[in-house]
Amino acid sequence: MPPRTTFLIILATVGFAAFSAPASRAQESPYFVTYNHYLEEPGNLEIEYSSTFGTQRGGNDFHAYWMEFEYGVKAWWTTEFYLDGQTTFGDSTIFTGIRWENRVRPLKREHLINPVLYVEYANIKGADKILKEVEGHDAEADFAPSNGTLSKEHKQEIEMKLILSGTFKGWNISQNTIAAKNFSNSPWEFAYAIGVSRPLALKARANRCSLCPQNFAAGIEMYGGLGDRQSFGLHDTSHYLAPVLAWNLPSDWALRISPGFGLNDNSHRFLLRWGISREISGFGPMIGKLFGRPQ
Amino acid sequence: MRLLLPVLILFVFSEIAPRVGAQDHANQKPTKRNTTYDEIAQVPAKARAKRNPLESDPDAIAAGRVLFEQHCQECHGRSAEGAGRGPSLRVQEIQTAEPGAIFWILSNGVVRRGMPDWSKLPEPQRWELVCFIKSLGKKPG
Repeated sequence: MPPRTTFLIILATVGFAAFSAPASRAQESPYFVTYNHYLEEPGNLEIEYSSTFGTQRGGNDFHAYWMEFEYGVKAWWTTEFYLDGQTTFGDSTIFTGIRWENRVRPLKREHLINPVLYVEYANIKGADKILKEVEGHDAEADFAPSNGTLSKEHKQEIEMKLILSGTFKGWNISQNTIAAKNFSNSPWEFAYAIGVSRPLALKARANRCSLCPQNFAAGIEMYGGLGDRQSFGLHDTSHYLAPVLAWNLPSDWALRISPGFGLNDNSHRFLLRWGISREISGFGPMIGKLFGRPQ
Repeated sequence: MRLLLPVLILFVFSEIAPRVGAQDHANQKPTKRNTTYDEIAQVPAKARAKRNPLESDPDAIAAGRVLFEQHCQECHGRSAEGAGRGPSLRVQEIQTAEPGAIFWILSNGVVRRGMPDWSKLPEPQRWELVCFIKSLGKKPG
């Protein structure tokens, strides 16, 4: 069977599962870039579509998007698989690559500050524009060339993060320190992301409702590059500030939106991100059942 | 083909991993119970002594029920009687436990045994859940 057919069959299976399986209401973090210490519940699969619209000086604006499959392997280990793509207006639409990330929570208990270790492998083209993180000396000008030119660059990267996160009186504060290495002969690049968020209400209401304030979480995140091993610091780096809002619907869907603003001349002036996700409860056991494993 | 590899890995995980976490809960014979409910005994005294601030809130049980349906019933069963992935919450070990102990378990999870921590829910919502769980042991009327 050709790989493309196999791939389509797998996607169809996941799609079928998404709409036929029992869903549990996701408690989505509103952040797009910053990670907090909350992992996916074991056995659950979250399918998410997200996109980034970006303005581009010296080139065409773009719309980049990614599909995200997030699975709770254990209560302390979450794995995620991404498919990235983008459309550059007046240019073309292209598939830009894959990412596979793993997050592990080493401590058993909840603490004031909770560390999470993150490792990601990315196999992407230079034309990848999802801006899931901004690293090293990444700048707006890097995105200006045409898709044809950018696609010639092929990146295989490993990225590591130390996620520190804690929640106090409903406020979540998260900080990510990021180090990324292209497998080619490039130096380690560094970056940061910081986020603060809070649900609009801390108590739940006694009835199911869509517009109850406890279904919303709002906050702000800031992220940017910190140079590389040879020139560490803020020189020639880009930075963004982005308010974030998540709406966890009782109908098992979650929506997120975040307008982002570039903070210096190296940054895109404006990024608009939005995402929609659905969490499938008990996806793992359900697939096990398909393969004949008893429950 | 390179694209397929991570997808297949995801599927392999999905098939085997939850079963490991679910083993303790799958056959809840009395002899197996200790492994699951032992965690209650591990709760620190200070956490155990914590008072439920929503104890006298008339809406707390109903709100806790809504939260239970959204986040817990998938593992613990529709009536909290226990299901393949989570133990019963109607048993004596839970119903006689201090509210502070249940709150602590909700906040910290039993991560190595597959129960995630629910500290992502704000504190008042966790107390609402405690109110609902404790109400399961009360006789109607």
